[in-house]
Amino acid sequence: MNKPIKKMPDLVSPRQQRNWDWRAAANFIAGGAGGGLLLFTALAGLDAFATRAAILLGLVLIASGLTCVWFEIGRPWRALNVYKHFATSWMTREAVVAVGVFGAGGLAFLTLAPSLVFLSGVLGLTFLYSQARILAANKGIPSWRHPASVPLMVATGLAEGAGFLVVVAAFGTSATSPWILAGLIVIVSVRAWIWKTYLAGLTVGGAPEGALRILNATGPRFVLVGHVLPALLVVAALAGMPARAALSVAAGLLVVAGGWVLKFILVRRAAFTQGLALRHLPVRGQGPAGPATKPGWKTIAGTNRV
Amino acid sequence: MTRYVTTIDLRRCVGCQTCTAACKGANATPPGIQWRRVLDIETGEFPDVRRTFLPMACMHCANPPCEEVCPTKATTKRADGLVAIDYDLCIGCANCVMACPYDARSIVHAAHFSYGDKPLPSEAMRFDPARVAVSMKCTFCVDRIDEAAVTGRIPGVHPEVTPACVNSCISGAMEFGDIEDPESNVSRLLAGTQHFRMHEELGTEPGVYYLWDQS
Repeated sequence: MNKPIKKMPDLVSPRQQRNWDWRAAANFIAGGAGGGLLLFTALAGLDAFATRAAILLGLVLIASGLTCVWFEIGRPWRALNVYKHFATSWMTREAVVAVGVFGAGGLAFLTLAPSLVFLSGVLGLTFLYSQARILAANKGIPSWRHPASVPLMVATGLAEGAGFLVVVAAFGTSATSPWILAGLIVIVSVRAWIWKTYLAGLTVGGAPEGALRILNATGPRFVLVGHVLPALLVVAALAGMPARAALSVAAGLLVVAGGWVLKFILVRRAAFTQGLALRHLPVRGQGPAGPATKPGWKTIAGTNRV
Repeated sequence: MTRYVTTIDLRRCVGCQTCTAACKGANATPPGIQWRRVLDIETGEFPDVRRTFLPMACMHCANPPCEEVCPTKATTKRADGLVAIDYDLCIGCANCVMACPYDARSIVHAAHFSYGDKPLPSEAMRFDPARVAVSMKCTFCVDRIDEAAVTGRIPGVHPEVTPACVNSCISGAMEFGDIEDPESNVSRLLAGTQHFRMHEELGTEPGVYYLWDQS
């Protein structure tokens, strides 16, 4: 058997988590976008075809994410045990909300009753929020447990939902609505601002150097592709340039793509473990105790990082 | 109330890994999985360098984040302070692995042994299929602790009911006992030393105390 040998620094310093792979990331990627899409479908007032298409797409996205997770868990035939800990587990709450999403969403798709469309939107937002709290509850991953990760995950889910809505609306009579396009610009602006806040908070409040390196490298491309470019496309569409529908669709897809890449990086690449920390190195012999150490973390002068 | 904790005297640990081996022997963990391990930390710059040995395992937190996130109630906190896993409930979602800031949990998704898929006779005898594809970690040798309740022996005092790692420590760096009992070995040690718990700022209230100097 050819196994990689872990060197001691690999065990001492924070390292990328290896337990949640692309399947877990896919749940956050697809499920969050689906929840956001259901919410905006409830608010947008699209025509019947576009509303049905949007609801169906939202439900398919959420179902796809949950299916990916089902293939990831170690004991998939015990999956129903996930409903046992509603009191504190956000994973349980996500699973409970998912039942409501599919119930209300399915009925809304069939009947287009405004109350059901609205209910599916509210539950979609709740599903998205639950997913954000799943990440934030993981104290072992500093870049997830930061308080700003919750608004970031919610904001990107909403932005992706709005992006999908623009795409779907392009195929219905609502495609020309400037309000939807203007709303997309507002939402991506909010996402960009929260991203900036999150990154600044992590830099000051603390995260392993490896996580900061990856997130800092991601930032400019994420802002450019997921925010600046789609905003320019939307402005062009609103300004009356030809091929307005194509511009809108491209803008929506870029917003979605930016959010999906961000979530993949957050869940897979920038998810470094806490590592260890010693407030004091032990006294050895007659010498004094050694200073605090926290391998893999950048020291910030004047702050106690341990 | 009883609250079992471990004290680890960093001044005494020599990094021999006997506790690591004793844990593997006692709990028959699969290759590559160490519920108890001793990290070797080098700090400083030449010529002012230090080497510190740090035994790590599940901290059996009073406020365990793994228990909070577990969707199945497979992870529970016992009245005596031990954090336990019910392998028959666990779905192997790894949420607890992510929640643990001490890197104490692991999941092995397929049975494997020292020489591949076929177990040695000794491995076959102790192989537990219930532990495949679920979360696992140090239990503080819970079967021994439970035996103490039956036999009346005292964990930390009588080796038969004391975790294997503590029993095996060649330098006496590790002690185990009830912190709520002021006469226990751990209470007396903590009263006479300076100590800290790792990542206390996260609010986990870990049950492992690292001693680093006398008071």
